[in-house]
Amino acid sequence: MSSSAVEHPVGRRRNPIVQWLAADTMAGIKRQRMLLGYLFIAPTIIGLLIFVIGPMLGSFGLSFHKWNIFRPPEFIGLANFERLFADARVFVSFKNTFVLVVMTVVMLEVLALALALSVYRLANRALSTFYRTAYFLPVLLSGAAVAVTLGYLFNRDFGVINYYLGLLGVPKISWLTSSDVVLIAIAITTVWRNLGFTFIIYLGGLSSMPTEVLEAAEVDGAVGWRKIRSVILPLLSPTILFATVTDIIKMLQFFDEPFIMTRGGPGDSSRTVVMMMYESGFGNLDFGYGSAIALLLFAVIMIVTGVQFYLSRRWVFYG
Amino acid sequence: MATIVQKSSTTALTGSPKRWRWPKPGRVLTIAFLTFFALLTLMPFVWVVSTSLRTPAQSFTLPPKWIPVDMDFSNYARVFEEIPFWNQIGNSFVITLSVVAGQLVTAALAGYAFGRLKFPGRNILFWLVLATLMIPGQATIIPVFILISRVFQMNDTLWALIIPGLATAFGTFLLRQYFMGIPDEFEEAALVEGANQWQIFHKIYLPLASPGLAILAVLTFNAKWNDYFTPLIFMNTKERFPITLGIVDLQGYMATGSISVVLAGIVLSTIPVIIIYIVGQRYLVEGLMAGGLKG
Repeated sequence: MSSSAVEHPVGRRRNPIVQWLAADTMAGIKRQRMLLGYLFIAPTIIGLLIFVIGPMLGSFGLSFHKWNIFRPPEFIGLANFERLFADARVFVSFKNTFVLVVMTVVMLEVLALALALSVYRLANRALSTFYRTAYFLPVLLSGAAVAVTLGYLFNRDFGVINYYLGLLGVPKISWLTSSDVVLIAIAITTVWRNLGFTFIIYLGGLSSMPTEVLEAAEVDGAVGWRKIRSVILPLLSPTILFATVTDIIKMLQFFDEPFIMTRGGPGDSSRTVVMMMYESGFGNLDFGYGSAIALLLFAVIMIVTGVQFYLSRRWVFYG
Repeated sequence: MATIVQKSSTTALTGSPKRWRWPKPGRVLTIAFLTFFALLTLMPFVWVVSTSLRTPAQSFTLPPKWIPVDMDFSNYARVFEEIPFWNQIGNSFVITLSVVAGQLVTAALAGYAFGRLKFPGRNILFWLVLATLMIPGQATIIPVFILISRVFQMNDTLWALIIPGLATAFGTFLLRQYFMGIPDEFEEAALVEGANQWQIFHKIYLPLASPGLAILAVLTFNAKWNDYFTPLIFMNTKERFPITLGIVDLQGYMATGSISVVLAGIVLSTIPVIIIYIVGQRYLVEGLMAGGLKG
């Protein structure tokens, strides 16, 4: 540490910048830290400006244009949005996405919470590690690998799922080729992959609950279901809000599973919003229209999240 | 049937080793419930591995055989014939490791600055970073595509998948929380010892934040390795695909490819993530569990 500026005698300062930043005064250290602050955030701020904030503004601008890369962009005002709100396929894709979000998020939150409560109660260390690992494993797989694998399992004639359902007397279900059930099959696939993630977040919430409160509740006679309902769930409500909000945001961006398993079919019955955007933007090279769809999705995400936080004031309990 | 067998053996495990008693009904139900879902999550894995070891002609036989009997490794060989597997897995590694390394650097620097350094505009800039967290990748992908292909001319190169991922709002936020949790006393002591500002960051605070760095590394590795959407948009040449696109490629047009070969490809492509998970497991699970409380 001999090179440190702290030991430098005052007389050795040569140029004004060095003097300004000299570390032997508190003011100099403050200035150093300020400069370092700007230097340190520069890569992140520049990266986000170029690849997130700029493109977000770009999306906004593009949505007022007609552009297909070959011809120069042409300003068309709100025409993309007028087309958007009249487009029956966009409407269907939003409907499908909402149905998928409701199914997956309800299944995810209920199952993850039930599993987390059960694992939390287990006294046996080895057993709880086993369950934790088992539930978390699918999180490691890509949406693509899971979609391909479960696509085979859901096959009508050769799939394992229909085979076992058949043993229980259920007639063959056309999971991926019937518009009635295709969203259910896709929702199950997604839940299978994401359950472990939500589960770990709930388990974390449970493990960080103050044990004194739980013990006090037991002394007061709150056991079993009553303890869960009136003590654990209120204490866990911030975690429930966090998990639900992040899951809804994630599921509103549904793409990999339906794209790989069904290509949006049969017909449009499993086409999601992001698939519509992908097809308009990159399939038809209609960048303006694609951007308009993306913006509408963004607006929906913001509104849904805002409503959730607003409603959460009624049921989330911050100790 | 398997459920019942599994259930009785696991309940036996939880009983007291000295004096065996009938377990309470509530506990049996809990274990049965947990085991049922553990089987549901594990069975597809078993099916993938055992089917990948079966001859293609046998791959769709019902009832499904859970234990690999044929031990036919030819499917694994065919993966290498049908897609440029080494290229693609190499691409996945180059992309993923570059993004992980890049994010660790940019997020550690920015997280430290936002968490521990004072400079005018810090709060506004931090809110700006947080605001970008709410923007979904899809909302910006069209302009990013135009930027990458027209301005930077990087379309269909690995750069297209690396450069846009180097800055991370999530990682910056995560590491800021870690740096803020470390007491100021370390810095005061270091100043007395004559350390300069860079040394304070690099030698003292950075090592103390290593659990946060590990979580960021594992989560980023997992997300980037498994990314399908972005490469689908940017890449056209098979030799430059990451392995996620290769796997779907194996399925062939209208899914006419051999299942056993596809599943062998999935097994091969998953091994790196499993290894990373085993290495980073402790940090990952603890970190995610801790993330739950901040809700």
